[in-house]
Amino acid sequence: MTGLTSIRRVLVANRGEIAVRVIRACHDLGIEAVAVYSEADAQAMHVREADAAVAIGPAPAKASYLRVEAIIEAALEAGCQAVHPGYGFLAENADLPRACVAAGLTFIGPDADVMTAVGDKVEARQMAEEASVPTVPGSGRLATPAEATEFAEQVGYPVMLKAAAGGGGRGIRRVDDSATLEAAFVAASREAEAAFGDGGIFVEKCIVDPRHVEVQVLADTHGNVVHLGERECSLQRRRQKLVEESPAPGLPEEVRDQLWAAATRLAAHVGYTGAGTVEFLVDSATLDFYFIEVNARIQVEHGVSELVTGIDLIAEQIRVADGQPLSFGQEDITFRGCAIEFRVNAENPRQNFFPSPGQVELLKLPGGPGVRTDTGLDSGDTIQPFYDSMIAKALVLGRTREEALARARRALAEFEVTGVHTTLELQRSILDWKLFTRAEFHTGSLDDFIVEWVARGDH
Amino acid sequence: MSDDLSVQAPFPGVFYRKPDPESPEFVQVGDDVQADTVVGLIEVMKMFQEITAGVAGKIVSFEVENEGAVSAGQVLLVVR
Repeated sequence: MTGLTSIRRVLVANRGEIAVRVIRACHDLGIEAVAVYSEADAQAMHVREADAAVAIGPAPAKASYLRVEAIIEAALEAGCQAVHPGYGFLAENADLPRACVAAGLTFIGPDADVMTAVGDKVEARQMAEEASVPTVPGSGRLATPAEATEFAEQVGYPVMLKAAAGGGGRGIRRVDDSATLEAAFVAASREAEAAFGDGGIFVEKCIVDPRHVEVQVLADTHGNVVHLGERECSLQRRRQKLVEESPAPGLPEEVRDQLWAAATRLAAHVGYTGAGTVEFLVDSATLDFYFIEVNARIQVEHGVSELVTGIDLIAEQIRVADGQPLSFGQEDITFRGCAIEFRVNAENPRQNFFPSPGQVELLKLPGGPGVRTDTGLDSGDTIQPFYDSMIAKALVLGRTREEALARARRALAEFEVTGVHTTLELQRSILDWKLFTRAEFHTGSLDDFIVEWVARGDH
Repeated sequence: MSDDLSVQAPFPGVFYRKPDPESPEFVQVGDDVQADTVVGLIEVMKMFQEITAGVAGKIVSFEVENEGAVSAGQVLLVVR
């Protein structure tokens, strides 16, 4: 193992399963990990597993895990050289890398300016275009319905009308034909004016029933950029991913090659460093793909890429932050088999996924060949109401997708949680769902399946 | 004190007195509320749920501050 030169102690600025995951990577690298915790998490697994722990404030995340100055203070107080943000909380807030640099700490992630640039939708799209990465065809700011009609005729219906100053879904309208465009434009403009004080509208081609496919990239500070293949993440409930897998089933080699090349081209163009994800929408019918956004962090579903490549992404993030060149090139990365992840959440899928915090009486994780579980809980631990609902991620690896599916059935049958409601029963049912086993799904499929599943009731 | 009615948190989470940081509070001490008056939000695992008074009367006091952590059954405010 390559020793680290400057990092001997890492502050893990997160909680739950990802904090535990980062602590494990630190220990694998022979370095120490320091946890931070809110008042609600004093007994949490990430605190138990760390070499030291620092209290950072009251239970609400705003008063603890989201406070940049509390994180910096904790890192300095505990004698850390580096800070790992995990995902969520401050992971994509450029104030954290800036504050780290100002305090003489190494931030384990991309440069603050790169993070800011890729985090801005307009700027990210522009950089994608510069790097010849396809983006969803869109107009500039339009003043009249006539201009919108002209653009829509060019790219073809349906189109989306979006507020130029937009955000949060407000001012977004789908238009299926020219007959309804004018009225929709006027309404969208009025809504945008009311919501943002700016009635500016732009038009985007609507990708019907797309798949969500993302590419994992890894880049060092010496100009080397590699990818670790793609992940299929179309199985989402209201934009929350529930099942992810790698490779993306049914994508032809040449499409995968193009996706990989586009993602690494963009990462190189923006000067990305560390682990990042480039997200795309893939048109199910034509297999044309379009850039959506860059996620400048480690992602929840990173484990499926680790299983198929054998590379520890968190350890690589730390090595890159330490200034080391990647110890492998693209040709050294090989993909074996199929990995699938199931997110088991403390929610009641029969009550519209209402959160179910509380004490986990029993947590029996699956094991055996080809099974990995990442969790931040043990039997007897409490799932706090203040943070996300994740109980565990169950990952399986098989030589083929069929073998992975068989392992998943076995693993989810072994998996037991009592004391709180969970999504386990739904996840088991997904494994019997034909559209899933045949991989004939898009980003809207799971919402439809859940409606059917709830209507079917217990069985 | 026997006339006091309490409005309790139906589930644990973080209590908000405003719909968003820029807006005024849903209700103030001294306001009259009906059973269906929204008195705050509770955020549980990133989900925001409106909390209604459930009783009618005049608000006497808030027992939890804005953005304070609450447990299930905890008294949020007192109505008389």
